[in-house]
Amino acid sequence: MSVHDPEEDAGRAYEHRLAVRMFAYLTPYRGQVAFAVIVTLAAAGVQLAYPWLTKEAIDLGIRHRDTYVLDRIALAYLSALLIGMGLGYLQTQIMQRVGQNLMRDLRAHLFRHLQRLPVSYFDRQPVGRLMTRVTNDVEVLNEMFTAGVDALFGDLFILIGIVVAMAQLNVELLVVTFSVLPLMVLVTLTFRVRVRRVFRDVRSCVARLNAFLNENLGGMSTVQLLGRESRNLGEFRDINAAHRDANLLANRYHAVFFPLLELVSAMALALIVWYGGRQVMWTGITLGTLVAFIQYTQRFFRPLSDLSEKYGILQQAMASAERIFELLDTPVDAAAVRLPGARVADGHGPGARITAAGLLPEIPRVAHVDDADGVGSGTRVEFDHVWFAYSGERWVLEDVSFTLEPGERVAVVGPTGSGKTTLTSLLLRFYAPQRGEIRVKGRSLADWDPEALRRRIGLVLQDVFLFSGTVEENLTLGDPNVAPEQARAAAVEVHADAVVRRLPGAYGAPIRERGATLSAGEKQLLAFARTLARDPGLLVLDEATSSVDTHTERLIRSALRRLLAGRTSLVIAHRLSTIHDVDRIVVLHHGRVRETGSHAQLMAAGGLYHRLVQLQYLGGEDSEPAAVTTR
Amino acid sequence: MIPAHFVRLLRAAARHRTGLVRGIVCVACANVVQLSQPLVLRHAIDDLYGGVTAEKLGRYALFVLGIAVLAGMFRFGMRHWVIGISRQLEFDIRNEFFAHLQRQPLEWFHRRRTGELMSIATNDMAAVRMMLGPGVMYTVNTLTVGVLSLTFMLAISPRLTLLSLLPLPLVSLSVWWFGDRIHRRFEGVQQRMAELSAQVQENLAGVRVVRAFGAEPREARRFDALSEDYRRGHLELIRVSGVFQPSLAFWSGVGALLAIWIGGREVISGHITLGQFVAFTVYLGMLNWPMVALGWVINIFQRGSASFQRITSLLEEEPAITSAPGARVPAEPARGGLEFRDLTFNYPGAPTPVLRGVTFRVPAGSTVAIVGRTGSGKSTLLALLPRLFDPPAGTVFVDGHDVRGLDLAWLRAQVASVPQDPFLFSITVAANIAYGVEREDAGAVARAAQIAHLHDDIASFPDGYRTFVGERGITLSGGQKQRTAIARAVLRDAPILLLDDCLSNVDTQTEEAILEGLRGEMRRRTTLLVSHRVSTVREADLILVLDQGRIVERGQHAELLALGGHYAALHRAQQLEDEIAAS
Repeated sequence: MSVHDPEEDAGRAYEHRLAVRMFAYLTPYRGQVAFAVIVTLAAAGVQLAYPWLTKEAIDLGIRHRDTYVLDRIALAYLSALLIGMGLGYLQTQIMQRVGQNLMRDLRAHLFRHLQRLPVSYFDRQPVGRLMTRVTNDVEVLNEMFTAGVDALFGDLFILIGIVVAMAQLNVELLVVTFSVLPLMVLVTLTFRVRVRRVFRDVRSCVARLNAFLNENLGGMSTVQLLGRESRNLGEFRDINAAHRDANLLANRYHAVFFPLLELVSAMALALIVWYGGRQVMWTGITLGTLVAFIQYTQRFFRPLSDLSEKYGILQQAMASAERIFELLDTPVDAAAVRLPGARVADGHGPGARITAAGLLPEIPRVAHVDDADGVGSGTRVEFDHVWFAYSGERWVLEDVSFTLEPGERVAVVGPTGSGKTTLTSLLLRFYAPQRGEIRVKGRSLADWDPEALRRRIGLVLQDVFLFSGTVEENLTLGDPNVAPEQARAAAVEVHADAVVRRLPGAYGAPIRERGATLSAGEKQLLAFARTLARDPGLLVLDEATSSVDTHTERLIRSALRRLLAGRTSLVIAHRLSTIHDVDRIVVLHHGRVRETGSHAQLMAAGGLYHRLVQLQYLGGEDSEPAAVTTR
Repeated sequence: MIPAHFVRLLRAAARHRTGLVRGIVCVACANVVQLSQPLVLRHAIDDLYGGVTAEKLGRYALFVLGIAVLAGMFRFGMRHWVIGISRQLEFDIRNEFFAHLQRQPLEWFHRRRTGELMSIATNDMAAVRMMLGPGVMYTVNTLTVGVLSLTFMLAISPRLTLLSLLPLPLVSLSVWWFGDRIHRRFEGVQQRMAELSAQVQENLAGVRVVRAFGAEPREARRFDALSEDYRRGHLELIRVSGVFQPSLAFWSGVGALLAIWIGGREVISGHITLGQFVAFTVYLGMLNWPMVALGWVINIFQRGSASFQRITSLLEEEPAITSAPGARVPAEPARGGLEFRDLTFNYPGAPTPVLRGVTFRVPAGSTVAIVGRTGSGKSTLLALLPRLFDPPAGTVFVDGHDVRGLDLAWLRAQVASVPQDPFLFSITVAANIAYGVEREDAGAVARAAQIAHLHDDIASFPDGYRTFVGERGITLSGGQKQRTAIARAVLRDAPILLLDDCLSNVDTQTEEAILEGLRGEMRRRTTLLVSHRVSTVREADLILVLDQGRIVERGQHAELLALGGHYAALHRAQQLEDEIAAS
């Protein structure tokens, strides 16, 4: 049993480090935790009093036929009960409160960390998985703090207390009674090992069952069309049967374990009756002592069987902690904004330690702040030999160079997949180019303070993203520099006011399910208002592809003119019909700049742009040149 | 009046009545044996008080052991049968549930969320099992322990029994009362967790907008507010649940106190012996757990029966698309002649029809291509043939028979279809290709993959044909997924082939090569082909142009070009695209 597995030792050391990091979060609440431990110990002490009082009742009260003493003992018993109840309540209240505070801290920490991770991180991680970190995993950790740790103290103390109390009563009888203890340990250990194994099977069966069900629900029409129903039912039945059998095995273990435990405890009882009985007759221990012994023994075995359950909780908590810290150890984006309350690990990798909560430094920022003049309307933007690939050497942009002069309106056109949208992501520093440089006002993007930069760039994305909250909140986005009046004025200018006024509650109307009740055109107008309210010096517009009715179309065009007026603007155009009034057009194809010039110049040249316009004309209003990839 | 779902439950349980009876008998026997233990104690103590031989003490000790062994055996039987049967019932119900889902049409799934169905299969099933297993077990246990120990206690002293039992009903009552409130507050907490999750979800999905507008501080504030809300909800829960455990311990403690106090006086006054007194306190202790269990069991039954009702009402929903009674099951495979006769179709609940008066014939072995814009009804047309949605009676025919009068399994066996967005399963490539046939034959799978131009791709995979493709085929590219689906359809070797824009994610050269291979297949079958590319459809025997659910042009490639309408425009656009791509 004592063969040491080096791998297991390494695992232990790792678990130890995890535990240390976790307990760092407890530091702000150490006073409360200490208090909870004291209360727990006191409550355990009260538990020990009951058998003692029973003994005194028998020996001093009943056997001496003294009702006065009996009354006093009853009173003591009642006080013990009341104190026990009070302590029990206090204990759960404090511990749960600490657990809840701690979870709130951890969640806040996680959420802020997520706000600072590079955008590219979210391309690789499914949203669902990240959500699990913030919600479920934190929840599981809480289990450990509330149901596990403090009760473990209590249980341990009760066990020790019982032994001490029994030793006080009669050492010899204690030794005899506890001669069954090795047997007890053996039974529990055997059971624990097996049950852990079988529960692992149960969990994997549950996971398989869910995965199979989920997949079949998603692909049900495929299953039906291919006539696979009976075979899939057979497979489901097999997994379901494995699930049932694993559970039946677990049940069998339980069915053996609990009676065995009872048997061991009956052995102790039998020993007390047999050996203790002889002592009562010949060495003169009292009957009360015997009864107290019986009661103590029963109280001794109960927490022992709880221990294995708590061990399981601990295991799960460790797994969750590992996942949480892995996320927290992911390096944040160099271009992330400052965020009050965000704590940062002062190193990366599993060895990184968390210092006391709230005392962590902000990440050092290389960028210098330029709030004084900001990105004014006279902003010049240069793309200087920019190369970019999302992964490896698959270039999305190849050697792209063009300049937006202050106040100039430039449209970028090209077939789907030509790299148009990527340009906006680079300008906003969601990603950094591998080669070349983007300069705003003559200064490289990397030298800009991301906050100051983004505040001055107005962005309208293809897919308008509305948050749950009121219309007004969606216009101001909680920016203290945007007054509600400003937002309303902007809405009036871009014709969004009429849209808002139609909603019940107007600017106070709640947006639900990302604005499912609004049409695409209406959302577009709201997005214009949101951007105009900020009065940005540089405008980046990823034009919407969805078709809208002619009336809304006219409103959008008029709003666009208002939005573009006097601003350096980069318009990613998917529909060529809307870009006639820009100053210059850049044609992008396969990641390269192919043509540049005004609409008239490019039409006259009869090149790629000319053909794109013709295609647009043929394809009607709803289509953009389809993906013509030659991989 | 017994509710219908309860009858269903009884019927399911009746299948296991022998085991159930055995289990219940075991519960009763275990308790009878267990409850004789205090009797032994009582005699031992009374003897000790009066004088006893060592031999007699040894006998008492052996009695204690014997009782434990016997009771243990019965308790084993109790868990084995009662809990075992509950697992078996859970197994049966879950299978029935899955089989039922398999019979529901596509539209039924559109009306429900996957999460909801998953929750029924897991949470509700678990709640039902808890009711049938531990629920039943503890009910019987509580009843027998209650009756037996009460009898013994009454035999010792009726007065003492009545007095010390006073607080016990309070125990059950508080379990029930608290259990209900805790459950409700817990649901409140869950609700707040759902709101918190929703915000995180929204924030992560909109990460670009959040960053672009520098809305991180606002998002953090919103998150903190919801997180705080959740914490408060939890504290409210704790305020109730925190009282629960300690008050439980208190009430049962009061019972013990009364027994000692009043019982002690009874011993002093000589009404009962000391042994009886000790036995009494032990009986009282034994009553404790069943009383706790009683309140708990009531909650289990409430939740379990609500869950079972949900399951039952779902199982009672008859599938809307089935083989009609007396449906034809032709002995031979279909020849493949298709006819659509004045077909007008509305999706359930949709205000306007997607297809209007569509009429055309497809002679067996010929190929008909359908082109048209997004939303013109092309895919719907293909979905109606194998009755994924039900066409009106008398509108869609296979070999002259209305599809609604044909056996559903037979009908679908005549069709091999490739959807635009194919669904792959998280199994191997080979198994995905062979998903529509009975047996996975390596040679046939490879041949099908060759026709679909997938073989070379597969050869470059780490484990070749045995490579697992991940959830929904996540490790494959869009084009590879489509080609897997094509191979799947080829291998199925059905008389009717439905291709729904199945090459949209494949580049032009590969498309040409796949079409070349497929033409051999198409010559032997009746093919309905949907595409947005002229190059794909130009060789078809008949080309239909669909616009807003109507056939607006029909004819062969050359005829339609000469017509100078929609099709000619599409053709010109295609040429331009090719020129742009080449430039």
